[in-house]
Amino acid sequence: MINLTINDQKVSVPAGTTVLDAAKQLKINIPTLCNHPDLCVAGNCRVCVVEQKGARTLVASCATPVAEGMEINTNTLKVRNARRHIVELLLSEHRSDCTKCYKNTKCELQALANEFAFGDNIFLDLVEDHLYTIDRSSPSFTKDDSKCIRCQRCVRTCSELQYISAIAVANKGAQQKISSFHNKPMSHVICTNCGQCVNRCPTGALIEKTYIDQVWDAIYDPEKYVIVQTAPAVRVALGEDLGYDPGERVTGKMVNALKQIGFDSVLDTDFSADLTIMEEGTELLTRLKKALVDKDASVKFPMFTSCSPGWIKFIEHKYPEFLPNLSTCKSPQQMFGALAKTFYAEKKKVDPSKVVSVSIMPCTAKKYEADRPEMRASGYKDIDFVLTTRELAVMIKQAGIDFRNLEPANYDSIMGDSTGAAVIFGATGGVMEAALRTAYELVTGREVPFNNLNITPVRGLEGVKEASVKIEGCTDDWKFLEGAELKVAIAHGLVNANKVMADVREGKSPYHFVEIMACPGGCIGGGGQPIPTSREIRQNRVNAIYEEDEHMVLRKSHDNPDVIAIYKEFLGKPNSHKAHELLHTHYFERDSY
Amino acid sequence: MENKGLNKVGLIFENIDPKEVLTKAFKMTRDEIIQQVLDSGLKGRGGAGFPTGMKWKFTAAEKDPEKYIVCNADEGEPGTFKDREILDRVAYKVYGGMAIAGHTIGAKEGYVYLRGEYKFLLPKLMKELDDFHKMIDEIGYDFRIHYRMGSGAYICGEESALFESIEGFRGEPRNKPPYPTTSGVFCKPTSINNVETLVTVMMIIRDGAESYVRLGTKDSRGSKVFSISGDTPTPGIFELELGMTVQEFVKEFGDGDTKAVQVGGASGFCVPRKKFENTIIGFEGVPTGGSMKLFNSSRSMYNVLHNYLDFFTEESCGQCTPCRVGCQQLLKGVEKVKKGEVKSTYLNELVKLADTMKIASKCGLGQSVGNAFRTIVENFREEIIY
Repeated sequence: MINLTINDQKVSVPAGTTVLDAAKQLKINIPTLCNHPDLCVAGNCRVCVVEQKGARTLVASCATPVAEGMEINTNTLKVRNARRHIVELLLSEHRSDCTKCYKNTKCELQALANEFAFGDNIFLDLVEDHLYTIDRSSPSFTKDDSKCIRCQRCVRTCSELQYISAIAVANKGAQQKISSFHNKPMSHVICTNCGQCVNRCPTGALIEKTYIDQVWDAIYDPEKYVIVQTAPAVRVALGEDLGYDPGERVTGKMVNALKQIGFDSVLDTDFSADLTIMEEGTELLTRLKKALVDKDASVKFPMFTSCSPGWIKFIEHKYPEFLPNLSTCKSPQQMFGALAKTFYAEKKKVDPSKVVSVSIMPCTAKKYEADRPEMRASGYKDIDFVLTTRELAVMIKQAGIDFRNLEPANYDSIMGDSTGAAVIFGATGGVMEAALRTAYELVTGREVPFNNLNITPVRGLEGVKEASVKIEGCTDDWKFLEGAELKVAIAHGLVNANKVMADVREGKSPYHFVEIMACPGGCIGGGGQPIPTSREIRQNRVNAIYEEDEHMVLRKSHDNPDVIAIYKEFLGKPNSHKAHELLHTHYFERDSY
Repeated sequence: MENKGLNKVGLIFENIDPKEVLTKAFKMTRDEIIQQVLDSGLKGRGGAGFPTGMKWKFTAAEKDPEKYIVCNADEGEPGTFKDREILDRVAYKVYGGMAIAGHTIGAKEGYVYLRGEYKFLLPKLMKELDDFHKMIDEIGYDFRIHYRMGSGAYICGEESALFESIEGFRGEPRNKPPYPTTSGVFCKPTSINNVETLVTVMMIIRDGAESYVRLGTKDSRGSKVFSISGDTPTPGIFELELGMTVQEFVKEFGDGDTKAVQVGGASGFCVPRKKFENTIIGFEGVPTGGSMKLFNSSRSMYNVLHNYLDFFTEESCGQCTPCRVGCQQLLKGVEKVKKGEVKSTYLNELVKLADTMKIASKCGLGQSVGNAFRTIVENFREEIIY
């Protein structure tokens, strides 16, 4: 243990602890900006400077490891003056049109200004000297360089967490900026639209593309029939933007709020998540049969899940030779969209051209996914607007809803039924667990051999998880699988996806089925989720997801009554011709930069 | 005030038998060499002036079997051109110094990071390097040197940015600690030394520390190669004993009308005429990596300052706030003062900003912008305002 004093208070911390973290133990708050719990230390904003006795300069507390006998002061005149200067310098370079900014009141620079730099800024406005660009090319987010404070959180996110580096630092000095390959628009580079950078940007430099006004317009249009679906991960995180602690489940209140907002029908992406399990599980078993019984060498393993549009774009850019390994299933959002303007419209006797299909997603990549040209199986744009969890919170506030005192409500039917298997799609490992619950039972006629259906080996926040299930006691149709050991792996965060893919490329991957989610923690850690995020916050959301599962009456996808009904009335059976038309898709090779 | 007067010295460019010096060095133990270098009082000749013996001692003490010696030949400080001359004339002494450093710290490989603009020297330097490699092979010593080229960024002369550049990354300074002696290039213990420092070590090993300490003052031992430019009838490279006053220097090199000397380049200090007599060129007075720029009364010190600020605004890596934005503010601020668009007292605010930059910037670049700013504004305030 290392002993030091901070503001004359003694503290002992393990070697390697930063001054910043040591101060936290003493409940001494040091302001930070470029620092983020998910990212490596940068030490470049300098907001966290403190005085170290005997040091020639101030030191950045986030980047300075403790040393024996160190004496730190966090609140001297020297520190205060420097801190004020630094915040004012950042403001002088930042287009401070706060009242018009989407991040107004949620901006970390604004909060610092409020604490340290109120009153006149002595510095000259530098914004006018720069030719800042606003990149609106991405369907998922806007990049406004005039709001950027060069903290490089986005750059570190893109390289450390996502292994993409679609954005990086370019130029030097006054011209330094965060840029893309050859300064191309974000829509034309390797960006997966995952929005992890958006989730970590302290200012309004990176914000999601909002479609709030368009959705309001549709709701107020008497001609339109506006339906909304909500993704599993939204219900365990929405509360954070409405005053609840991380991990609070607000499903019923959310449904009621959506009804109050005025959606004609409030439905659940859980329904199409269950449908995904039926389609994807069948696809997996069919591939296994082709490989094992028909000895068809063209069948590719491992099979990868295809629910995460950020992951899809990642593999299209980085590992296009493995596109045949991807499940052809659309994501639950897009399955829902294809059915909304076909099956649903038919059942509800509404003109599909009048249906406006909105989805509430924890994700920014879903905005991009909805815009993919192949996502028009219904003859219309399957999903019209995608809103993030954050945008929904804004709408709830705009509508003047007293969320906390709202009575819970139930989803509408049809396509509103859910199971616990669908809910857990929101957490890393959830798709795998749901698939195993159904596939195992389909093949053996018995439930998965795990206590209370909880397949714990596939759960948790470890980057890459693996598990195997021995298949025994197969029914007659599936005898060829008797005694087989189904090997699966789960990765979340694209840096972990890349580890799995590197093994696959080297031929070292032993798996049959791999679940990959682009975001850390899976969808609960999506780029469209409430800000801030950290491992602890994600863990709370994950816990809430599994609580939600435990509270469901039905916990296996094949038990979902809406799913049973749709196969009976509309689709026939899983992987049928009609199912293929509406629920499956194809992929494209993309450039690697 | 210890004052040695102006004395020309001829150590750095003196031709020697490198094989003899190296054979002698390789017979010495690590500790013996470190002691010699410590005793010599040699401080880094790049400008920062860290004691070379200490740097080697720290690096030698590291347990990692993989270590490096890096020669910083990214001579980018405005007004400095002595390393170019040293490499051009006695590169074999630089290589020799690297081998001695390697032997001392336990490095089998060295890198020379050569300023991009010096690419024209490379064919000759590579040929001399081949000869050097042959020579140490003959001695039977295992050591190899590689070249890495800079691409024109001033910041890559900062040691940790230089490492990043060698590794193929964007040249941005790292957080310290850890210092290079613990984690340098490829995150391995590294001693990074200036071209001239390494040559000086060759001479110290040949002549012994006791000979070297006869030169210079208590705080500034030995001699130093100066790059002299500006309003002088004799611009060029001169090796001088440390410990002279600016007055003595100006008497030798000035044109009779010198009003200021910028010591240490853009990141150094401006010494006005009234302080010539009492300012020693050395670590006890104004330290320098070698750049000495003389200005006579025909020069506008506003233009001089503007030029430096323009330089820093462009050459800051842009990573940390005080440096990136501070440079822009200083530049724009003095422009506005000059134009009368803000009150002249705004200069006081800018001096405070320069002080913040000095204590809050991440690396030496931002920390030293205030040197020139403060000394020019304090001494030539009227030239900035009017």
